[in-house]
Amino acid sequence: MIQTTNLTKVFGARTAVDALTLTVHEGEVFGFLGPNGAGKTTTVRMLTSLIAPTAGTARINGFEVGRDDTAIRRSVGILTETPGMYDQLSAQKNLTLFARLYEVGDVPGQVEKYLRLLGLWERRNDAVGSFSKGMKQKLAICRALLHEPAVVFLDEPTSGLDPEAARLVREFVAEIKAQGRTIFLCTHNLDEADRLCDRVGVMQQRLLTVDTPTALRRQLYGRKVVFHLREVGAGLPALLQSFPFVKEVEQVENKLLVGLDDPDAQNPVLVRALVQAGADVQFVGELRHSLEDVYLSLIQRGTTE
Amino acid sequence: MNKILTIIDKEWAEIFKNRLILYTMFLMPLLFTALPLVMLGAMGGQSAGDVTDMPPQFLQLCGELQGTECYQLFMSNQFLLLFMMLPLVIPATIAAYSIVGEKTTRCLEPLLATPISTVELLLGKGLAALIPGVAAGWGSFALFALGAWILVDSPALLARLLDGMWFIAIGVVGPLVALAGISVAIMVSSRVNDPRTAEQITMVLIIPLLGLFFAQIAGVVMVNAGLLWALAGALVLVDVGLVWLGARAFQRETILTKWK
Repeated sequence: MIQTTNLTKVFGARTAVDALTLTVHEGEVFGFLGPNGAGKTTTVRMLTSLIAPTAGTARINGFEVGRDDTAIRRSVGILTETPGMYDQLSAQKNLTLFARLYEVGDVPGQVEKYLRLLGLWERRNDAVGSFSKGMKQKLAICRALLHEPAVVFLDEPTSGLDPEAARLVREFVAEIKAQGRTIFLCTHNLDEADRLCDRVGVMQQRLLTVDTPTALRRQLYGRKVVFHLREVGAGLPALLQSFPFVKEVEQVENKLLVGLDDPDAQNPVLVRALVQAGADVQFVGELRHSLEDVYLSLIQRGTTE
Repeated sequence: MNKILTIIDKEWAEIFKNRLILYTMFLMPLLFTALPLVMLGAMGGQSAGDVTDMPPQFLQLCGELQGTECYQLFMSNQFLLLFMMLPLVIPATIAAYSIVGEKTTRCLEPLLATPISTVELLLGKGLAALIPGVAAGWGSFALFALGAWILVDSPALLARLLDGMWFIAIGVVGPLVALAGISVAIMVSSRVNDPRTAEQITMVLIIPLLGLFFAQIAGVVMVNAGLLWALAGALVLVDVGLVWLGARAFQRETILTKWK
């Protein structure tokens, strides 16, 4: 659905995007993570044919950036960093104008459908300038979907929203994902990426890595199991370390953190050994690193390399 | 064509909510129409005075008109140039707001992300600015013609007040001046961040017209049909160059990445 090969953008002496090679599959929610100035917005602008790449190629929906720009703009929807609505005009007028520019067949029908879907129908005649930030963001999402695009680019969709509005937007993103659309989601909100994205890519001028959030955690930290004991006896860490499949054992207060490849199969063996050694096992769980840990670690690596 | 009409619709929907532009669109034409009519009305029935105070070239242009009528024609002709300025002032104000305004409201990126071409966008914005300006010029002249028909008793003076020269000025030179103003506004707006700056720089175009205005008052130049056709011809050349430069200056990428 989205395919880039060595996509590069240079502004003067500064390389904003460096040889980005990436594939985003149909129906996938792809999270595009990276610090400010990492080249996320520049990438989105290239993929939506707003700016031309300096080098490399990109194909969206089978159309090539730089050659089929109008076709690309017709087939993608974009939510820009700031909603950018005409504040003096009503919500309905705003959407009607964009529906006409996107050559939508049934303009009034599509406008009504999306205003109702996002709970803005009752306020359709109000000037957008009187809307809250969350309402403007919802209206901008409506605008991005009016022409029913197969690919939707969302640049920081929940940025600056209060928790309730942010949740509404996230729920709506999940809904449009369920409709089978491909979503390219730029975000700083790693919790959001964790919840919504099938895969994430971490960007810092160049693409540092791409994988599922779970695989990224494992790639960086492996899998760790926490054994909560009533008390950690003196020989217990060594006992666990004696198993060939145990990678590492770390004691933190009354917990033993054990690195394993296959906890489903290996946990029962270790629990049995601990019980036989007289330990009181209170409970066992997998240690989950947040996507934030993974992200920060990758960015730090990317900076030092 | 549909996209051009959509842009015009959007521009006008915004214009009619912007008081500053509305005042410019309605007050200035009313003022420019009222002044010559008040002057015509006030001078009617007055004694002739010494017509030799007027530029000698103008006395020749008066032809069979004598005394007060010659004065009335002379004074009305000064306003001819003001009527020509209307189609410049109004579109320049609208164009400056409509183009730079997209940036200040951060609407330009979503707009450029639609399948609209640069030509359609500029044509839509240009026409949205040009039509009210030209309409204001023509409307003002129609009001002036109606007022003159009511106020002026002399058929000879009325015929001279509404002769072909005025139609060249309002119908041909005015729209060409407006087109020049819009092209300059587009060029300036691709370089500046503030609509007022774009408007002020565009207004520099008024200087040659004001120069013509004062030159006529001083008797250095007499505006006549020949001069207006020459001016129209020059403006066609200038417009072709300015439209080309304006379209080139409107670089989507530069505007998106350099406008802060």
